[in-house]
Amino acid sequence: MELKNSREIPIGGKITKAGNAEEYNTGDWRTFKPVIDHGKCTNCLFCWMYCPDSSILVKDGKVTDVDYKHCKGCGICAEVCPRKCIKMEKG
Amino acid sequence: MTKILPLTGDHAAAESMRQINPDVVAAYPITPQTEIVMSFSQMAANGLVDTELIPVESEHSAMSACVGSSAAGARTMTATSSQGLALMWEILYVASGLRLPIVMHTVNRALSAPINIHGDHSDGMGARDSGWIQIYCENGQEVYEMGLMAIRLAEHSDILLPVMVCQDGFITSHAIEGVSILEDADVKKYVGSYVPKDPLLDISHPVTYGPIDLQDYYFEHRYQQAEAMRTAKKKLPEIFAEFNKFSGKKYDFIEKYKMDDAEVAVLALSSTCGTTRYVVDEMREKGIKVGMIKLTVFRPFPMEEIAAACKNLKALAVLDRADSCAAQGGPVFNDVCTANYTLLDKKIPTLNYIYGLGGRDIDEAQIRNIINETVEAAKTGKVKKLINYSGVRI
Repeated sequence: MELKNSREIPIGGKITKAGNAEEYNTGDWRTFKPVIDHGKCTNCLFCWMYCPDSSILVKDGKVTDVDYKHCKGCGICAEVCPRKCIKMEKG
Repeated sequence: MTKILPLTGDHAAAESMRQINPDVVAAYPITPQTEIVMSFSQMAANGLVDTELIPVESEHSAMSACVGSSAAGARTMTATSSQGLALMWEILYVASGLRLPIVMHTVNRALSAPINIHGDHSDGMGARDSGWIQIYCENGQEVYEMGLMAIRLAEHSDILLPVMVCQDGFITSHAIEGVSILEDADVKKYVGSYVPKDPLLDISHPVTYGPIDLQDYYFEHRYQQAEAMRTAKKKLPEIFAEFNKFSGKKYDFIEKYKMDDAEVAVLALSSTCGTTRYVVDEMREKGIKVGMIKLTVFRPFPMEEIAAACKNLKALAVLDRADSCAAQGGPVFNDVCTANYTLLDKKIPTLNYIYGLGGRDIDEAQIRNIINETVEAAKTGKVKKLINYSGVRI
């Protein structure tokens, strides 16, 4: 991300655009990423409920993917999965 | 039309606050500022102002409430002294860092320990790097007028910095003088209505104040703040000119008294300038070419103006009513020396006098002695002693 200079940013460190935390790529912080085995997954949505960063993507009641732009790789989803179908892999 | 009222410095500050009619005042009473809060509370209770008055449990809370109210979009004022200012410390930096145009009357008083309630500049000088504009007033009249001007200065869209209007504890704050008061309607027109920048209460434009700012942007925001202080330096002449047009009163960064042909001068702040002016007159009658420089605006520091005023001097005495305990002189002395050393070709022998701590009187005899020693330095071109103490039993 290109950094702006002092004349291009709001004064006083204020955030003048609502909801722009989404633009912050917290996925950069990750060491391990969750990988879901969709063959074993029963869509119980435990991972979706427990994810602290709302990074489990769900469509029509089914787990579709992980939002890797924001997933910090905490591993809670893998820990709570009753089917043990989420693996934490390097990356 | 103006009327002259018998007012103390504190009441002059309260009177200017009444005319400004700020949206919010959050304050905690402390000697010698108490009468500002007392008087303004009465005005609020009597319905003379529409201000939301927030009585808080400490000065830390007072400044915190001011930060919240200013960020919400309210024109916000407060007042404090000494330990109160010290307790506000961390929030002073928040107010300036968030670029909130809060105006605060500061009645200068010594700091503990030992505990002392009387006037010196230890409190204000301690806050000199907090990013607040600082104006030091000689008397109640200046407190009243600077109190009005501070609103225009703080809220200027290119500046947006908090302002401290300082006066000497007891000497100014509790002495009754005739203070010329402008018409309410004229003041209302002069200060105008407040248009806040990014107010929190504007829910159609949501804004976040105070998020964490790390290695990638903190420095840029601090640069903006330093730049705002430099802008204040550039814009102050416009603020002075605007006030002059409004009231007829002339203000500047510094006041030069009998400086045109002066060979030696005394540079001082606040109420001490009254006594100094008197002694300068007396010594002028004896043929001594002495003048006085009164430093009114301390932050932003008027480096160029001071150097220009000093350029023909043969010696200078700088008076400090605070000791920075740096083993090398007071805060005003250090800044003045930096200005003259940096901007002038010749070196002016400069003496520092630390005086009046804990409210100890500075009398004519002390100033006479200071001028005599400065004349001696002018004659010899040498500074016998750099850091001097006036009026203390060493």
